[in-house]
Amino acid sequence: MNNFNYTRAGNIQEAMSLVSQNSDAGFLAGGTNMVDLLKYNLVHPELLVDINHIPEHRGILETEDGGVQLGAFATNAETAYHPLIETRYPLLSRAILAGASAQIRNMATNGGNLLQRTRCYYFYDPNTPCNKRKPGSGCSAIGGYNRIMAILGASEDCIAVFPSDMCVALSALDAVVRIDGVDGTRSLPFAEFHRLPGNNPERDNNLQPGEIITSIDLPEKGFEKNYSYLKLRDRSSYAFALVSVATGLDLEGDVIKEARIALGGVAHKPWRIKDAEDFLAGKSPSAENFAAAAKIILNGAVGYGHNNFKIDLAKRAVVRNCLMALNPESQQPGAHPSI
Amino acid sequence: MSHKLLTGQPVSRIEGQQKVTGAARYAGDYHVPELLYGYVVNSTITKGKILEIDTEQIKAIKGVIEVFTHKNRPSLAWFDLQYADMDAPPGSPFRPLQNADIKYNGQPIALVVAETFEIARYAASIMAVRYEEQHFFTDLESNKGKARDPKKGLATFLKPLPAKPKGDFGKAFHNAAAQVSAEFIHAAEHHNPIELFATTTVYEEDGKLTIYDKTQGTINCQLYVGNVFGLHYKNVRVISPYVGGAFGSGLRPQYQLFMSVMAALQLKRSVRVTLDRQQMFTFGHRPPTIQQTRFAADSQGKVTALGHEAVAETSQHEDYTEVVVNWSNMLYPAPHTSFDYKLVPLDVFSPLDMRAPGGVTGMHAIESSMDQLAYQLKIDPLALRLINYTDFDVTADRPYSSKELRECYVQGAEKFGWSKRTPEPRSMRRGHKLVGYGMATGIWEAMQVLARVEAVMTAEGKLEVSSAITDIGTGTLTVMTQIAADELGLALEDVTFCYGESQMPFAPVQGGSFTVSTVGAAVKAAGKALRKKLLKKAGNMPGSPLKSVSEKEVVFERGGIILKSNQNVIVYFKDIVAAEKKKVIKTTNTGVPNVFKLKNYTRAAHSAAFVEVEVDEELGTIQVTRAITAVAAGNIINPKTARSQILGGMVWGISKALFEETISDHRFGKYMNQNLAEYHIPVHADIHELDVIFVEEKDDIVNELGSKGIGEIGLVAMPPAIANAIYHATGKRFNQLPIHFDQLL
Ligand SMILES: Cc1cc2nc3c(=O)[nH]c(=O)nc-3n(C[C@H](O)[C@H](O)[C@H](O)COP(=O)(O)OP(=O)(O)OC[C@H]3O[C@@H](n4cnc5c(N)ncnc54)[C@H](O)[C@@H]3O)c2cc1C
Ligand code: SF4
Repeated sequence: MNNFNYTRAGNIQEAMSLVSQNSDAGFLAGGTNMVDLLKYNLVHPELLVDINHIPEHRGILETEDGGVQLGAFATNAETAYHPLIETRYPLLSRAILAGASAQIRNMATNGGNLLQRTRCYYFYDPNTPCNKRKPGSGCSAIGGYNRIMAILGASEDCIAVFPSDMCVALSALDAVVRIDGVDGTRSLPFAEFHRLPGNNPERDNNLQPGEIITSIDLPEKGFEKNYSYLKLRDRSSYAFALVSVATGLDLEGDVIKEARIALGGVAHKPWRIKDAEDFLAGKSPSAENFAAAAKIILNGAVGYGHNNFKIDLAKRAVVRNCLMALNPESQQPGAHPSI
Repeated sequence: MSHKLLTGQPVSRIEGQQKVTGAARYAGDYHVPELLYGYVVNSTITKGKILEIDTEQIKAIKGVIEVFTHKNRPSLAWFDLQYADMDAPPGSPFRPLQNADIKYNGQPIALVVAETFEIARYAASIMAVRYEEQHFFTDLESNKGKARDPKKGLATFLKPLPAKPKGDFGKAFHNAAAQVSAEFIHAAEHHNPIELFATTTVYEEDGKLTIYDKTQGTINCQLYVGNVFGLHYKNVRVISPYVGGAFGSGLRPQYQLFMSVMAALQLKRSVRVTLDRQQMFTFGHRPPTIQQTRFAADSQGKVTALGHEAVAETSQHEDYTEVVVNWSNMLYPAPHTSFDYKLVPLDVFSPLDMRAPGGVTGMHAIESSMDQLAYQLKIDPLALRLINYTDFDVTADRPYSSKELRECYVQGAEKFGWSKRTPEPRSMRRGHKLVGYGMATGIWEAMQVLARVEAVMTAEGKLEVSSAITDIGTGTLTVMTQIAADELGLALEDVTFCYGESQMPFAPVQGGSFTVSTVGAAVKAAGKALRKKLLKKAGNMPGSPLKSVSEKEVVFERGGIILKSNQNVIVYFKDIVAAEKKKVIKTTNTGVPNVFKLKNYTRAAHSAAFVEVEVDEELGTIQVTRAITAVAAGNIINPKTARSQILGGMVWGISKALFEETISDHRFGKYMNQNLAEYHIPVHADIHELDVIFVEEKDDIVNELGSKGIGEIGLVAMPPAIANAIYHATGKRFNQLPIHFDQLL
């Protein structure tokens, strides 16, 4: 870790201008990822601008169009336990609480969660080739230890996965990311926020340098009646997803009106396939139909050796999670499998 | 009121409050004025040579005091012997900064010393090093062909090599009614105690060194420092205050000790070197192993042939061995046996004892193979163990000093509800989950070595007992205080056990579950000698009622010596000390194992583990929902700390079976998951109902305390019991640990 300057920003404007004026500056939110990156010598900022003391964008508020706005600087814990989220978007609450540990969730912010870096072992080891860390150096995970790596949407340059749980639910809920930049504000639908690696794996998302996330907005529809988050991992807590699934179902009698299914732990971004959701619309919520949808979602999946199991596991997880969504009370803390 | 024995009581840890409130200080917590901080630079290549290290650039950084490399290190001891610590395996011990050669990935190659830890770490991170890389081998599987016999040495005394073949194994195996053969694969594991390795070397005004070190052996480190740096032992004081877990990683002096002492001597300043979590992966680990078993039994279930071979990793410079294949015949007296243990030297650091070294490795293969035999023979797995039960150790041709394993089986099975098990795999369910019951046996040898203890009666009539032994979190302080208090009939508050300093009477390294018997025996010897001395001096006091009274006629209680025939007659310890006109009365004694008696018996602790698992078959997820371990380990001195030891062992067993492994990438020759987010050990949510039973076991032979060590016995039976339970639940056998849930898909 190098010596760096540290400043607390009093407002968004100040934070943005400080960071956009200096190409070696960055934001410090909860620091749960940033401090690790510093300690692993992966980033060497000259200036860190602490955004934890900005008074705005800290709340969880109802919006005029019937949705809810998540302040970017609110913590993951505040968000997950907020009554509006627990009652209207329990899928999101479940997903957040399936991630990290209580201590980390108390520090981690919503904005930071969207921007956390991959957990690829090679990315964190500066002495191995990695295109994401050092473009053009190669990808050590291909042909290496790739149990945690992607099965969908990967490229020859990078097979890393985006590790967030919260974002899997945000993707299923069609959230919108609100961004401020020196040139003004803009919004990105969640699906357009994160990127696939392609041949620029060094870029995880479409945020521009100096831009800041101010909030994440949830549309009205929260799937609070039939929802479920399932997370499969190597131990019961404090481990990243090997496969996770967020499901929201809108049921009318015995027919699915609308289905949302997003997968985590399988790609460089939360994975959603509209065809699969359309397939389910108008059908009965049966294991067979869910299996058929799972097949559509996993279409084109490829393994890299150690992670081949994810393809089959993901299909099974989709089916199980959709069934769990029919019976949300059965869910257990930690998003473990139930029923 | 007569003295109520403290041994056998569930006394809470004496230092517990200090530890949970953060008041306890560890090796890296000692502050002295003008302390300097060292940070180690580790090799990024696996094998080759350092061509150039640019130290000038980082010496220019403000706050950097000095950079030590192989080029400017002081001249040091020449001979291997001077680097060999008490736990060194045969071979040439690793010497930090010896020369430009790189022998393994992560090898320490330089020490940056600076005014703050942060400056030292930053400077270390930008140090430019040029290497010449050479071809290396780190993969056990693909180098199995290079396996060879281990070299013999001092270490083979405590870790005997496999016995010679007996009978006609090949024929017996071939002709038997039931045969199983299986391969078992274990990955490397790193100890990862929560407290990281640190040494604070205080450079005293007179040039003497006071060294706070994280270690399991203060005298071991004192001798090492003395030998390597050519210092007189009495000028080197090693203190191991509290130890936040070690599990074997502190059995040998680690390189932070070398670095800290070297820098302190060169700079004539106090220097602290702290290793970080990644550096925890750069010295010592449980070696990867590949084992092959071939077990056979007759149709009645009597085991007739036992074959067990193991191939384990070692380094290029030392032959680290462990006892992997010697256990099966100790438990099951088959007439035909064939055992083999070989090593493959690879370009890695020497492996290092980790809790239940070898035992947990071998017992997994043995008890899984026994389980397989049971299914083949359609005999209940527990019944199969009873059919082959023995009180006689055929491998050494002598009886066990005591062995209540049968009671472990009976009481464990009863409490667990083993009889509710339906024998067929996949026959038990709970909701949508498969349920499996599994059991396994554990064994660990009860050892005793030499130690010395000083006992002092103070002017206040209080007892102070001291030994150089450490307390690695096992409860040594508490247990020794209990034993000492009983020796003189004192209350716990009136006894102080001083420990963890090399200047105190000799103690060996703390490991192998032999501390209580070794140091406890010495405490008893010193207690006995002190009683004798006190009585004699009491008798010599003018007008003493104890004149010419023998020890049989008195009791030591209530802070004094009491005449049995007239309990009103008491001579207080403090009055005896006062009459001596000396400050204290003291004695130093050695606890010596009774070799003549011991050689006629095999001494071992035993256990039986019973485990219930639930498997969600569609998704593969496994939960160890219940486990019971019944232990026969002689006299249990403190049931509370003992239970904690067993529970800790059981949790580790779950870890080994389902979670824990160091992942290597052999293309780079390095470990990839060097942090606690990716090096998985169980979290609370993985641990469900655990229970411990101590069965009664009387043993007058093993040692004066009648107690056997319990540090490892809680661990050894758990991994096979879990693997066996998974088989019972699913009908699938997994012999590679850890068992990842996706294998069940
Ligand atoms: C051991 C461990 C286990 C974990 N397990 C999980 C898990 O199971 N599931 C899971 O989902 N997550 C997990 N996490 C990740 C954790 O959720 C993220 O680290 C956290 O959400 C990041 O938020 P932060 O506020 O701490 O971000 P920081 O570390 O402060 O910042 C991360 C990055 O985002 C930038 N940034 C932060 N806020 C903004 C903003 N508003 N606008 C623009 N840029 C911004 C920073 O500059 C930085 O580059 C784990 C983390 C650790 C350390
Ligand atoms: S998968 Fe991506 S992050 Fe991992 S080594 Fe390859 S390029 Fe780097």
